[in-house]
Amino acid sequence: MKLDVDIKKLLSAIDVPADWVGLREVYEAHTPRMIRDGVPVVNASASTHGIMVEVLVNGQFGYFGTPDMTSQGISRAAKKAFKQAEIASRHSVHSFDESARPSHQGSYSSPFEKDRDSLSAGRLNEVLLEAYNHLKVNDKIVSASSLCQVIESNFKFVSSNGSDINQDFLMFEFDLSATAADGSNQQTRTFGGMRGTCRQMGMEYFDKYEIFANANRIGEQAIELLDAEDCPTGEMDLVIAPDQMMLQIHESIGHALEVDRILGDERNYAGWSFVKLEDFGKLQYGSKLMNITFDPTLESEFASYAYDDGGLKATKEHLIKDGLLVRGLGGQESQIRSGLDGVANFRASSWNRAPIDRMANINLEPGNQSFDELIAEVQHGVYVESNKSWSIDDYRNKFQFGCEYGRLIENGKLTKVLKNPNYRGVSTPFWNSLKGVGNSDTFGIYGTPNCGKGEPNQVIRVGHASPACLFDKIQVFGGV
Amino acid sequence: MKKVFKSISESLFKELKSDEDVILSFSGENSQFIRFNNASVRQTGLVDDADIELKFISNNRICGGGFTISGNMEIDLARGKHEIERMRNEANELPEDPFLVLPKNLGSSNVVKEASGLKFEDSIDAILPAMSGTDFVGILANGKMFRGNANSKGQNHWFETDTYSLDYSLVTSNHQMVKGSFSGSDWNQDEYESYVNRSKEKLSLMERKPIKIKTGDYRTWFESAAVSDFLGMFSWNGISEASLRQGCSGFGKMRHNDARLSPKFSVIEDFSPGYCPKFNSDGEVAPDELALIEAGKLKNTLISSRSAKEYGLQSNYAENGEFLRSPRMAIGNLNQNDVVKELDRGLFLSNIHYLNWSDNPGGRITGLTRYACFWVEGGEIVAPIETMRFDDSFYRFFGDQLSEVEDRLYSNPEVGTYGGRSLGATACPGILVDSFSLTL
Repeated sequence: MKLDVDIKKLLSAIDVPADWVGLREVYEAHTPRMIRDGVPVVNASASTHGIMVEVLVNGQFGYFGTPDMTSQGISRAAKKAFKQAEIASRHSVHSFDESARPSHQGSYSSPFEKDRDSLSAGRLNEVLLEAYNHLKVNDKIVSASSLCQVIESNFKFVSSNGSDINQDFLMFEFDLSATAADGSNQQTRTFGGMRGTCRQMGMEYFDKYEIFANANRIGEQAIELLDAEDCPTGEMDLVIAPDQMMLQIHESIGHALEVDRILGDERNYAGWSFVKLEDFGKLQYGSKLMNITFDPTLESEFASYAYDDGGLKATKEHLIKDGLLVRGLGGQESQIRSGLDGVANFRASSWNRAPIDRMANINLEPGNQSFDELIAEVQHGVYVESNKSWSIDDYRNKFQFGCEYGRLIENGKLTKVLKNPNYRGVSTPFWNSLKGVGNSDTFGIYGTPNCGKGEPNQVIRVGHASPACLFDKIQVFGGV
Repeated sequence: MKKVFKSISESLFKELKSDEDVILSFSGENSQFIRFNNASVRQTGLVDDADIELKFISNNRICGGGFTISGNMEIDLARGKHEIERMRNEANELPEDPFLVLPKNLGSSNVVKEASGLKFEDSIDAILPAMSGTDFVGILANGKMFRGNANSKGQNHWFETDTYSLDYSLVTSNHQMVKGSFSGSDWNQDEYESYVNRSKEKLSLMERKPIKIKTGDYRTWFESAAVSDFLGMFSWNGISEASLRQGCSGFGKMRHNDARLSPKFSVIEDFSPGYCPKFNSDGEVAPDELALIEAGKLKNTLISSRSAKEYGLQSNYAENGEFLRSPRMAIGNLNQNDVVKELDRGLFLSNIHYLNWSDNPGGRITGLTRYACFWVEGGEIVAPIETMRFDDSFYRFFGDQLSEVEDRLYSNPEVGTYGGRSLGATACPGILVDSFSLTL
């Protein structure tokens, strides 16, 4: 049950001598459903609704996140936020003015064809149960699950300098998973996990994708992996599918380019960055084939929007052009602090967290090689799909990824199935070894629902799209 | 908050028909968050937040709901009643759940921990002067936290605590860092300043030029904080009975192949310190202690009541996710004063970072060194090391490579704030390992 709130009226009722006041109302409802091993394990729907009151006092922002959306509640919150900001203003990292919250008016609605209620809870359970039946291809599948989640969000932002923004989102997440096991030998294959299908779309998803055929494939591949050879160890060519490329982009580019990290805000938690302020316009991040964009305009990608949570209008921008680092992921506050050009990426996870620099949609633009042409270039190497393990250091240099499913590449052809394919490297040498970028036929749109960052901690939705890519001389290895 | 929860729950239970049950789970906080960078304030604010999760059970079907508590009883009751009606309608459409666990009234509890904490308006003046002259970065989370549970059979639990945690790093000019985490309930300014001074003393070691270590296997000392991170991995495809049954646990070798860890390695779930409530989100109360790994042998897994019903076992009232809530590892005999001498030549790792399973069935975990990590030679600390990646199996570092366990326990508080502030802590000593593998 969503409460109707007149946020402009609430703004006008605030009576504190602040230099600027903003209200950001967030309503969000999650409806997850899951069938595991033939039985319903999740059928739920939960919502959160509140307002963040933000004030600017003597150059310092202060906030109060409250679920009490009455005029008295918001007025009380504003007074307390004012007091917090006033005390802190004697010790500010940076003294801001109203330009940190530009004035914009507009709206956004994510695209969808069928709304949440177009498929009933009962029908969804039937579809998920049928998908489970297709996953369980034989008794070696010891566990299998199918799940989906619908997310509805509404963000409203109004401010004393005239911002008036309304953004509505309908999002959909879906996954299939099958685990085959024989004693302690166990292998799991998924539809990409929750990063595999997370999009701005509605229930039309079920019309557009062959869920049951994919469930069969996933079940069969889990069985296949159980008896597959372990991934070989050595330095070799590596072809990475888009559903793994998305996390490679996320960890070794996205987080590294967050300007608040570069400015040191995040050093006590997620870490710093190997990228320095003076690197923009100079650092050859990757090979000439590498073009990375911040693109909040790509239809149906998970983190498309028109305005960030500071009210800045969002536009597509190159972050890395022909391998050269040209722009950082810095919202208006970071742009003011650093003097760098940035993007509209000042985002908060909900009404109870303050915005910080986040990724939105960070994509690798397609090249011109078909998938077969990428594979044909490889004499001895490995092809990997679907992430299952990820780790990177606090400067975003030394990474290691593990994938669910691999194939050996021999003399330009895909051959044996490989289990436990892993690879590791260091960010800029890795991206400079990029020697093949797939064309738009290989392009896949993915994302992650749970990118963690910030103090206090926040999880946020991020989109990543990429073609398949070929890398030269990468450290590849298998399991124990 | 307790009164609010009680009023809402009693009103909602009155809405139920005779064949319906509801379990309510409450989580809330009145928190102050101050984010620091360069010994200044980056962001500051307050958050009042409270949510109720509902489980509606009828006719062998279960359906979940949840909403934010606004503090206005009229609004909150309307939301609650709307949820009951929505779930009642939806439950009719759902398949039966054969492993449904019905609520019971097994007794109620009430734990309220009052504290003389840090007043919101005093926080900055209490914290910043001691950090003067340092590059201090981190977060203060401060204030009350609430957890509650009630069911339509009449059972009620309440847990309320007032705590602060200042989780921080001090950074040297050459980008080396020392980690600190000062937390508790009653604020003591002298204790705080002493704690910060000890962090500052460690900084002098970090000013030495970092050494680049080659990949390979090293004798390694892990401080308690690092051991705590390894134990945290047991909560993710590890000690859970459901994970084992569903083929996605690193403990499979212990279950299926009778693999053993070191006789020096024992872990229990221990609720006696009261870091977190003993009741779970279904209102079930865990035993005070539960032996999990005893002298290297898998003694018990965490079993929720749902898993117990599904697999024909006895529940030990684990949370539904079957993760560790208050683990304690057994101490050994190595005294902290002898650690560097006993290590002799190798790595001294204070903290580790970004752990993940690199081969879950093999128990292999990858991650990175972070903060005060040193190269030791001739029983002396030589210098900090540059960041290194490791990739090794807990069957080795908690198993045949475990040389010594420290003779003292440290409490590593849970300082996470995803969604809301976390409760709980991991109590563990440091460990000395004969061989630990660095890979990049």
